[in-house]
Amino acid sequence: MENKVTREIFPRDSRKSYGLVELMKGTVPIVRKEPEDTVYVWPNLILIEVICALLVTAGLILLVQFVHAPLRSLADPSTTPNPMRAPWYFLGLQELLVYFDPWYAGVALPGMIIVGLMVFPYVDTNPKGTGYFTLTERPFAIFNYSFGFALWWVTIVIGTYLRGLDWQWYWPWSNHLEHMNPALVTLVPLHIVFVNFLHVSKDIAKGLCDILFFAYFAIGMAIPYFFMRKFYDSLGGARYFVFMLFFLSMMGVGFKIILRLLFNIKYIVVTPWINV
Amino acid sequence: MLENVKEKIVKSQVFRSIFRHGFPDNDLNRAYVVFSNVFLHIHPVKVRRSALRMRYTFCLGGITLFLFIMLTVTGIWLMFYYTPYTGLAYSNIQDIQFVIFGGNLMRDLHRFAAHGMVLFVWLHMTRVFLTGAYKAPREFNWVVGVVLLVNTLILSWTGYLLPWDQLAYWAVTVGTKMASYTPFIGQNGPWGAQLGFLPTNDIMFMLIGGTVVGQNALIRFYVLHCVVLPLVVTVFLAVHFWRIRKDGFSGPL
Ligand code: HEM
Repeated sequence: MENKVTREIFPRDSRKSYGLVELMKGTVPIVRKEPEDTVYVWPNLILIEVICALLVTAGLILLVQFVHAPLRSLADPSTTPNPMRAPWYFLGLQELLVYFDPWYAGVALPGMIIVGLMVFPYVDTNPKGTGYFTLTERPFAIFNYSFGFALWWVTIVIGTYLRGLDWQWYWPWSNHLEHMNPALVTLVPLHIVFVNFLHVSKDIAKGLCDILFFAYFAIGMAIPYFFMRKFYDSLGGARYFVFMLFFLSMMGVGFKIILRLLFNIKYIVVTPWINV
Repeated sequence: MLENVKEKIVKSQVFRSIFRHGFPDNDLNRAYVVFSNVFLHIHPVKVRRSALRMRYTFCLGGITLFLFIMLTVTGIWLMFYYTPYTGLAYSNIQDIQFVIFGGNLMRDLHRFAAHGMVLFVWLHMTRVFLTGAYKAPREFNWVVGVVLLVNTLILSWTGYLLPWDQLAYWAVTVGTKMASYTPFIGQNGPWGAQLGFLPTNDIMFMLIGGTVVGQNALIRFYVLHCVVLPLVVTVFLAVHFWRIRKDGFSGPL
């Protein structure tokens, strides 16, 4: 039973505090739902809430019989624990410090995650899939959410279980008391790789890196624009730009991690001010 | 006999002055009980049967709220024993743990409810995402939700410093150091030094009230953790729930 506004009788008027706003067709005062479909909150919903609360309380009380809040020795500014771990929910960001400079991993990226989450409802124009769980009707939206948070949780697991002294990589079976030799891995900026393999001058190599970096964003922006016209049209210019900026940045974090782990690349772009 | 006593109580002036309606055993009173009670009135009087389905919300938002309430109660209890002074904080926590009756339980509950709140706020967000409940007309409530998420994380993190042990001290030292890398307004950040920011006037200095984590940082984190952030969360929760009522719940029709 779909009710439509038939006609506006009196336009809303700021000089009046009252007014008949609109006429609806229908036989019941509730819009768009059958009266039989509803139940009273008391006791139906209240009961569920109370049961939930009791279960959570019981669960917590049970839990703290087995695990306890930690208390280490008194704070001592002169002895730094090694490794130093952030609380688990920030371990993902701490792990990203391995791949990015602090201004990016610790400030810019968290800011982008927050803003990116906030703009999500405004750039997801797919009208389908509200009010029920579905994967097939909105695979791309779910891919984005899952990719971002997979990164979040995987880095948390790495930070918790696979990092040891000096934040080096330790397998569970490695000797966690022995320092790794950091000299085993030398990190280089990408342009040095170009200098070594393409035998070009440093400046040209740097230029190449800058071009590569911007090409990533430019080509990334262009591909759907030219080849996935339906996707572009459904978003419109502004939404498309905002979405792609966040999307490419997020994928970029993934690419940078791969480059660092497989090829020991420290930076893609090196400028006098910032390195990425 | 029992019916008689019940009648008497329900009809008494005291009972009627408090509840203004009889037992909620008929539909009229079931409606009254919700909209004449300030705590219950964030609910509608009736909801769609399908909105009750556990396999839709999994009660995740409700559990998050309940954990927040639990944190408030245990947190206030802890405040009776805690002094935000670097010379006392640690021994206060030791007292809570080893001396004060029920202290261990309260501290453990507070700590794990905090972990739980972070986890459940994320689960709730994931549920909202997967059911597309953030789409129009609920976009803004999602934004409010993100503010709640960020506040939950900061709330948890500011509490982390209060025991003043090695774990607390270094986690916060390293965390606040990040602030000094903020572009433009942090002394170590890009363009920070060029713009004249020093260890004694940049954003990190503002945050911890000094160049290193010390007494000023402790009192700041204490006030943020016990007063400011809980208030902010409460205000945004009020908006959050209000908007659920105004925008309608997304559950299946
Ligand atoms: C302190 C944290 C939070 C609390 C206590 C809270 C509480 C709730 C509650 C009780 C509901 C009712 C339905 C349900 O239980 O699922 C709800 C709905 C909702 N929440 Fe939250 N929430 C919090 C954080 C968030 C976050 C982080 C987001 C998203 C970023 C969010 C977005 C929403 C939306 C969009 C709805 C409407 C859902 C619908 O209509 O299906 N909330 N919230």
